[in-house]
Amino acid sequence: MIVGYVLREALRRRVFAVVLLLTAVFLVLFWVANHYVHGELRTLQVPQDVPVDARTFASAFLGGLALFATMFLGVVLAVFLTLGAVRGDAERGLLQPLVVRPVGRSTFLVARFLGAVAVTAPYVIVVDLAAVVITGLTMHWWPDRIATPAVEVACAVAIVTALALLGSIFLSSTANGIAIFMLFGAGLVAGLLGTIGHVIGSTAIRHASTVAAYLTPFEALYQDALRQLTSSTTGLTGFLLQLGPFGGAYVHGWPVRLWAAAFFVLVGVTALLAFRRRDL
Amino acid sequence: MPAALAVRDLAKRYGAVTALGGVDLEVVEGELVGLLGPNGAGKSTLVKIACGLVRQTAGTAEICGAPAGSTAARARIGYLAELFRFPGWMSADEVLVLHQRLSGSSGGERERTDLLELVALREARGRRVEEMSKGMQQRLGVAQALVGTPRLLLLDEPTSALDPVGRRTVRTLLEELRARGISVLLNSHLLSEIELVCDHVVILLGGKVVAAGTPDELSRPRGIELETDRGTRMVEGTREDVPRVVADAVAAGELVYGARTRQSTLEDVYLEAVGGETS
Ligand SMILES: Nc1ncnc2c1ncn2[C@@H]1O[C@H](COP(=O)(O)OP(=O)(O)OP(=O)(O)O)[C@@H](O)[C@H]1O
Ligand SMILES: [Mg+2]
Repeated sequence: MIVGYVLREALRRRVFAVVLLLTAVFLVLFWVANHYVHGELRTLQVPQDVPVDARTFASAFLGGLALFATMFLGVVLAVFLTLGAVRGDAERGLLQPLVVRPVGRSTFLVARFLGAVAVTAPYVIVVDLAAVVITGLTMHWWPDRIATPAVEVACAVAIVTALALLGSIFLSSTANGIAIFMLFGAGLVAGLLGTIGHVIGSTAIRHASTVAAYLTPFEALYQDALRQLTSSTTGLTGFLLQLGPFGGAYVHGWPVRLWAAAFFVLVGVTALLAFRRRDL
Repeated sequence: MPAALAVRDLAKRYGAVTALGGVDLEVVEGELVGLLGPNGAGKSTLVKIACGLVRQTAGTAEICGAPAGSTAARARIGYLAELFRFPGWMSADEVLVLHQRLSGSSGGERERTDLLELVALREARGRRVEEMSKGMQQRLGVAQALVGTPRLLLLDEPTSALDPVGRRTVRTLLEELRARGISVLLNSHLLSEIELVCDHVVILLGGKVVAAGTPDELSRPRGIELETDRGTRMVEGTREDVPRVVADAVAAGELVYGARTRQSTLEDVYLEAVGGETS
């Protein structure tokens, strides 16, 4: 019931219209990009160390780009739906009438989370699949896994949602928004570090990148999702590095996924405990 | 039967600020208690602890025997915050529907109609909150607090935005609630309002109770006002002293035009209790 309330509230926000517009712009641009890349496939130079044909290389790169854009838009949506959930709403006086009712604070917070995920998960999955279809139809290339990357990015967005809810307990809306986007930026830096580390062959930087990716599990999940795009194509380590605009798939596999789940539970439990003790 | 609200030695510190420093207060079944005090006295803090929004540093607060903040306690209260807002896109009716669901009230359409009627918002039923004036929102807030027929109503300055007619509406409403046996704790700066409706008055100052009692107990006789050809003056004494005071004045050669006993008003009591303090 609170989920329904959150959904209705979300749909009334201007951010929703803005994100839909951005999504439309992105999908059109993405289609244009696919179209031109397809036209230039013949003249495309594949890097020396990549043992695949030009079409696979270009398509997978575009797939990585789409995955990143989808995650970014999903994060924007998630953050705006949750950044003021506790302190922001309490300062405006919206929260108090609700939490003094017998439903309880934990239920309220969980409902806020589910409400946000009910918006972002379908959004991420639909946008990602749309991008896959665009690449599939124009480039005649389909990723090795279609559903897994979409679900993983949706999970990455859910982790950011949980972080934003946790932040909203302590920070005012603006401060929380800034904090979450900085954290998101830190995740991107992890990916970039990985790329730099691989290019200049520095083990230390690569190591730092891995640690940073584990500290921001949404980034780690994203990297794992990137790898899923070409999971059945073997011997592509060099190629995988080039995938995303912000680095490639350096951390991957079940450790990443399990850690992401554990991290999510940790953030969730911390948020529930903190919210229960908070003076409103 | 336990009191609707029983507060014992309640203390709350926000960092270095002591908002409440050991307060005892009781609201029994069907009683209307007014909480007075200057800005920053701790009135809102006390109410927030009673409804579980804020945790006390020490002491206890119980609602009908259940610790404040527990589910059982929250199921028995209706609360109107000092600063509150409902989502602008909701209609008055939808706000009440939401709170009916949250409080598990089975009153349905009937309850909502009654409540809107009670706060004179019947015509505004379908109107969106963002299209309402502040006073209408406050009356909707009072209706919201009454959803689910609470045993204890906690109202933090419920009439601050109301016009005189709106205040009258709320006052009548409070009397009606008392008749139904609902207990009320009312925060207000409007002494006349408190004086008119409350059974019991508690004055807080700096987080401590400085005066408590019924309005009658608090407003003690203050003296006799004597009007003569030499002017108007106050003479000490009660009603029984009036004949003697008049006789003395006549004996002194004065022409007496009038003599009345004067009660000190709640305002006098208040000003005396808080020593003209505000923060
Ligand atoms: N969240 C908070 N953090 C720190 N101090 C607070 C907080 N809330 C209240 N206080 C302090 O506690 C004291 C009591 O505040 P409270 O709001 O209970 O006063 P009040 O009697 O309701 O005043 P008013 O008549 O202005 O509404 C004040 O000194 C106030 O500054
Ligand atoms: Mg107050």
